[in-house]
Amino acid sequence: MIAYLPSLIGGVMIGGSAILFLMLTGRIAGISGIIGRLAEAKGIAINAGFVVGLMLGPILYLVLFGAFPQVSIAASLPLAVLAGLLVGFGSRMGSGCTSGHGVLGLARLSPRSMVAVVTFVLAGMVTVTILRGSL
Amino acid sequence: MTSKAIQTTAAALLSGTIFGFGLSISGMLDPARVQGFLDVFGAWDPSLVFVLGGAVITAFAGMALVRRLPKPVLADHFAWPDKTRIDLPLVLGSALFGIGWGLGGFCPGPALAALPLGYGKSFAFVAAMVIGMVLHNRVFARRGQ
Repeated sequence: MIAYLPSLIGGVMIGGSAILFLMLTGRIAGISGIIGRLAEAKGIAINAGFVVGLMLGPILYLVLFGAFPQVSIAASLPLAVLAGLLVGFGSRMGSGCTSGHGVLGLARLSPRSMVAVVTFVLAGMVTVTILRGSL
Repeated sequence: MTSKAIQTTAAALLSGTIFGFGLSISGMLDPARVQGFLDVFGAWDPSLVFVLGGAVITAFAGMALVRRLPKPVLADHFAWPDKTRIDLPLVLGSALFGIGWGLGGFCPGPALAALPLGYGKSFAFVAAMVIGMVLHNRVFARRGQ
C-alpha cells in the first residue's frame, strides 16, 4: 500500500486546491471549463492564472525533487491528436471532466456528475481494453 | 486591474499551482499510469483510485466549510453549476471524453500540467483539445443557443 501513498497525498492536494479555489473565488475548479472559457477569451485573468499555476506545479516539483515526474506517452502523434479532439469536444458537451465532475461533482454528491464519471470511466476502460487487446 | 481582480488572479495562480503540484506527486501526469487504471483486464494499476479517493474525500470534507461561508472571500456569490437534468449531451459528451481519455491517457488537467516537460505529443494533444472545445461551441452556437 505504501507504493500508493504519493498518489493519495497528491489526491489530497488536488481536493484541497479545488476547495481553496471555491472558497476564495466561488468557482468550481473544473479544468475543461477553465480552458474552454479561456479559449473564448472569457474571464482571462482568473482562468489564465489557474492555467499558469497548473504548469508551475511540475516546475515546483522539479525544484524540490531534482527531476520532473515520470511521463511516458504510448500514443502515436495522430492518436494523440484524435484523443485531444475527443477530450476537448466531449468535456464541453458533457459539461466537465475528471476535475469538475470527478473531484468536485462527486464531493457535492451531484447526480449529473455521478452519471458522467461512471460513463467516462466505463468508456475509457472499453477503449483501453480494445487498444491494448487486453481481453 | 482593481485590487480585487489582482487578488482573484493570485488566488487562481496559487490554487492552480497546488493542483499542478498535487498532480505531479500523484503520478497522474503519466498517461501510462492513467491507461493502466483503465486497463482492468490487463496489468491493472490502482493509483488513480487513490488519487481520486484522496481528492474526493478531501473535497467532501471541505464542502462542509464552504457551506458555512455566506459568500466566497473574493466574489459576491458561488457560481454553482445550473444544470440538474441528466440528459443526452451529458452522457454522450462524457462517453466521447472517456474514449479520448483512454486513447491518449490524458485528461485536461494533466495534459496542461505536462506541457513544461516539453513532449511534442503533449503539445499536439492540448492544441487538438482546444480545437475540440472551440468546435463544440461553434456547432452548438449554430443550433441557435
